[in-house]
Formats: sequence, structure tokens, C-alpha cells
Amino acid sequence: MLNPNQKLSNAQLAALLILRVVIGWHFLYEGITKLLNPNWTSVGYLMDSKGFFSGFYHSLAASPKLLPVIDALNEWGLVLIGVALIMGLFTHWAIYGGMLLLAMYYFSHPPFIGLTYALPSEGSYLFIDKVVIEFFAMWVLSLFPTGKIIGFDRLLVKTK
Amino acid sequence: MSDNKQNQEHTEQTENKKNVGRRDVIKSLATVPVLGAFAYGVYKKKQYDRLLSNSITDEVGMSYEEPAATPPSDLSGKPLRVGLIGYGIRGKMLAKALGFAHPTMVDEWKEGAMSNKDDKRYEEFLQQENLGIQITAVCDIFNTYEKMCAEAGANVNREGTGGTMGPMPKIFKNYKELCASPDIDAIVIAAPDHWHGPMTIEAAKNSKHVYCEKPMTWTVEETYEVRKAVKESGITFQLGHQGRQTDSYQKAKEAIEKGVLGPINLVEVTTNRNTPNGAWVYPIHKDANPGTIDWEQFIGPAPWHEFSLERFFRWRCWWDYSTGLSGDLLTHEYDAINQIMNVGIPDSAMSTGGVYFYKDGRTVPDVLHTVFEFPKQDLSLVYSATLSSQHQRGKVVMGHDAWMELGQTLTINADVESTKYADKIKKGIIDPELPIYSYIPGRKNADAVTSATEKYFAGRGLLYTYRGGKRVDTTHLHMKEWVDCIRDGREPSCNIDQGFEEAITAHMGTLSYKHNKKVFWDAENEKIIV
Repeated sequence: MLNPNQKLSNAQLAALLILRVVIGWHFLYEGITKLLNPNWTSVGYLMDSKGFFSGFYHSLAASPKLLPVIDALNEWGLVLIGVALIMGLFTHWAIYGGMLLLAMYYFSHPPFIGLTYALPSEGSYLFIDKVVIEFFAMWVLSLFPTGKIIGFDRLLVKTK
Repeated sequence: MSDNKQNQEHTEQTENKKNVGRRDVIKSLATVPVLGAFAYGVYKKKQYDRLLSNSITDEVGMSYEEPAATPPSDLSGKPLRVGLIGYGIRGKMLAKALGFAHPTMVDEWKEGAMSNKDDKRYEEFLQQENLGIQITAVCDIFNTYEKMCAEAGANVNREGTGGTMGPMPKIFKNYKELCASPDIDAIVIAAPDHWHGPMTIEAAKNSKHVYCEKPMTWTVEETYEVRKAVKESGITFQLGHQGRQTDSYQKAKEAIEKGVLGPINLVEVTTNRNTPNGAWVYPIHKDANPGTIDWEQFIGPAPWHEFSLERFFRWRCWWDYSTGLSGDLLTHEYDAINQIMNVGIPDSAMSTGGVYFYKDGRTVPDVLHTVFEFPKQDLSLVYSATLSSQHQRGKVVMGHDAWMELGQTLTINADVESTKYADKIKKGIIDPELPIYSYIPGRKNADAVTSATEKYFAGRGLLYTYRGGKRVDTTHLHMKEWVDCIRDGREPSCNIDQGFEEAITAHMGTLSYKHNKKVFWDAENEKIIV
């Protein structure tokens, strides 16, 4: 957590704020495209899972009861986290929620040696992929509550 | 200067929390314009996608709905009494498609589902529609299969071992007696190729409706006789090309009728297999011996040969009982193209190939290429097959304006040098690298702009397999169509005329291979000229 006695330079604050907003933008757009596509479902993605936890992801895909719940949680989770990050509202919750989703994505498609996926990747990854990088970027954000400086959380703190 | 600002910031952060000033409000709302920019971006992106999609949709003019689902079978009348002939590999599948599986098969599916959640065979079998059928008679010349077939027919509750069985069907030692039985209305033929014709003719003579496995006949002469017998008797005949039920083929037909592909001069269809099973080297049952197999009845119209387990179980490897690649696999490919393009019987056929990999004493080739010419339609149909490579080549219909790839899914891409789409390609509305139409069965609707992700997953069979929990077997749909047509007096999709075209076409390919020369079809006199 940010020590109240620590000071952020303007550049530091700007960098952290931009990081928060762009990650928010990414989450929001991923969520919105899924919401706007009536045919979207996580089935293909879940079925494509490989590695230690693939059994878990396959069982989600195979359950006609759970699947719509997973789909809705994913779509609305992405949208709400995205909006929250951009607005700096409930920033901490949004960050933890986002990190949870990213961890789920990472373990469904881990870039481990010997695992290949139906969807070709746009880059080259070994153990570390962009999902992990976004995950750690969010960890950094969680340590600097920029929402309390620029964002709705500021009002929440002030009006408590 | 920045130190001053920071101090100020710090003071603001630590000052009395209840004191919300103008500065706080501004800082709270500072990032809201980003949401505005986001909304504008999404709006523009959607507008662009819609423009693109509409332009392509207008140009292609294809419907985007799934073919209508078939209504449930009418179960109000008496059950249809069916006799099964043959309970080998295919016979078991046909019985299952009618709703009858041997209890040990059900056990196996149940165990499969217990150990693997993705194994849906049991669930799918239970969900398969009841067609209102009663299996009253069975016939198989191998004792073990004969008994299994009867037990499958009695498994009316779709249960495993120890379940409550219905009445046992009557076992017939000879197909002629089965055909003459007054206790049956319809017959399913899943015997080797050399028996398809004689059995269909016998069934028709006894006014029994027929579902016969492909190819329709083993010899050219039988083809005319079968057609005559079926037409004269007025029975409902369905040939076992279950591809007739594949909805992507129905979409392909629509695309061709609407001229989406422009002039079509070449169609390429293929078979690629690379396993002993795919090359008809089927397992030999441990109980099989001259005492348990009626060898004389197996031989029937074929040339005499001493008892041979290889010949009994792997009969597809010999011309003596089989029609080789032409009858077994070319027919499926040809029927798919005949279904979507109504090509009919070709003017000529030219085949080459040989026994190149399976030098196990077989007489039918394991590599075969046949070129059929349809000059009236300005069309060549090329069939190319190998049983020693699994490199998938698919079914491709090549038009001047677009090409279409057919399988469980259907994709149409514009040709880069197309005349019809030249303007849209130039304007960047159509990208020849991306499909202008793609159809994925089970998807809510087809779309001009399908996301790349969906296509990747669908192409690998990962999409929509479990949605709604139902995936229907095309063989079941094909048999259901036959049963429904018997009840309503309608013509099934793969009727005797389609069967005649299928059989003659396959025989032309075979004759060309055997005589090593081009053969022709004399349409006027309905004769193959070698």
C-alpha cells in the first residue's frame, strides 16, 4: 500500500494512472465485444485448454448448466472491471477481480513447453506471456491506489 | 516547482476527509472522458463492421439461417416393424441410429462416460429420438453377430446388461425367408456390397421398404434390376448416404444455386486415410470359424473361394465381394456433389491407381484417382484417394468468382481474380484471404464476418459440440427421414434415382480402373461403353 507519507511525482502518478486506464480499456473492450456478439461463447476457448488444469476447464465447457454462468461472469466481469479501472471506482476490488480472471486465463492456456493451441499466438512465449505481464502490472497498480488520487475512490474516501 | 505541487497534493490527501472541494470533484471525474472516447470508438468500430458485413451480405445474397429442424416422427400409429440384415461394423451403427444397441455396447458407453466427462456417447444415445420402431426380425450369417443383433433388437429400453428387455426378434437363417416374413414392413441392409442388389430386389418383390447401405449395387447389371424392382413395387427406398442430412451441404447447394461462386469448372473431392482400419483391415472375431459362419451364403453371387476369415471380415479388399474405393468412399463424395450440384451421371470416367501400400493380397487399389467429365455442365470432377496418408485435402468447389470448401463447416472465399467481386475487392470491402461466407453447424446463425477465433475453434471441432447438450448423428437423421417417408408416402432424399446415378458413376470409375481405359456413358440407351 502507498504510505501516506510517500510522495508520488507527477510523472509517477501519470504513468500509474495511464497504466490503470489502458488496462481498464483492454478489459472493457474484451467484455463489450463478447457482449455485442450474440454467438459468443467460451466453449471453444475452454475446450482448447491444455496443461495441469485442462480437466477443470473442459468440465466447465461440458456442463450445459455451468457454461452460461461462466459466459456471463466472464462478459460482465470484464466490462465491470474495465469501467471500474477507467473510473478509479472500487479500484482495489477491480484489480483483484482482474488478477483472478487473468490467472484463470493463464492457467487455461499456459505457455509451457510442449503445449500448443488451436488459436495461433501472435508472438513467441515461454512461461511468460502477455497475460502474466498484465497480471503483474495489475499487482503494481494494487500497491499504488491511484483511484484515491484521480478517480471516484477519492470521493468515496472523502465522504466516508 | 513540482515539489510545490506534490506538497499540495499531499496536503490535499491528508486534509480533513469530509471537506470535498471543487478540486476533489474534478480529480474524481478526470478519467470519465476516457469512457466517452471508448464509447465513440466502439460505435465507429461497430459501424464499420456493419457496413462491411452488409456490403458482403448484399453481394453474396445468402440466407444466414440454419436449415429448419425436422419435426418429430409421428408415433400415433402402429410401430414400424423392421428386419435387420447384417450386424457387422456398419450394421451395429445402423441399429443404434434406429435406437437399438446391444446391452454390452451401452455398458461400454456408460463406462466411457464415467471415466471421461467428454464422452457423450451414452447421453446422446439416450437423447436420440424414438422413431416408433420395433425390430421383429434379424439375420446374420455369423452366429455371434446373429445373437447380438437379436439382443440389440430386444433392447427396447436402451439399457445395459441386466436391463429389462423387450420381446426377442425372430432369427432368420436366410435373408429370403426374412424378406418373405409377414411380420416385417421394412428392411435394413448392411451386408457386403455383393449382396446389396439381390437383397434389395428380394425385399422389393415382397413389398418391404428398404434402407440399403452404399453403394447401391456390386455389378452394373444389378443396377438396372434394382431400379426396376424398386419402381415396380412402389416401396420406399433410401440409400445410405447420410451426408444428405449434413446441413452445411444444404447451405452449399444454396450458394451454388444463387451463383455465389460464378461459373464452376472444377470440383475436387478426396479420401485420405492412414490406418489399417481405414484400409479395411478389420479385426477378425475370435469365435469365427467354419462352424459359426454360413460360408456358402456369404459367397452367394460371388465366385467360389475356400473358407477364409480374412475374406469374411475384410471383404472390402477383394473385388469378389467389394466395389473398392469407388463403391465405399468415392460414392459418398460423389453423392455430396450430386446433392449440391445435381450433376447426374458423367459422360466419361478415367481412373488410375494401384495397390501401392497394402500388399496383403488384396485386389482393390489403395490409391485411386478418377476424373469424371460433365461436358454439358462444363465441369470436371476429380476424385483422388490414398489409404496411406492422412493429409486432409477436403472437398473444394472451384468457381471463377469464389471457391468453396466443404465439410462439417462451409467456407466461401472470393477468388482474387474474380470478375464479379472485382469492384469490392478493389475497394477493400472483400478480402480474398478471408471468407465472404462461413457456416458453422449449430451456431445460432451464419455470418459474413465471423471472428477469427471462432473459425479456428470450429475448424477443429471445438465449437458448439455440447451446447444445448445435443449433437445429432447424421445416420440417425437419414434413417429417420426414411421412416418418416414410409409413414407419409413421401420420397426420401437419396431415393432410387439418386441411387441409380450413384451406382452407375461408381461402376464407371471401377470399370475404367479395371480396363485401364476411359469409359463412357451412353445416356440415350442407358449403357456404359467400355
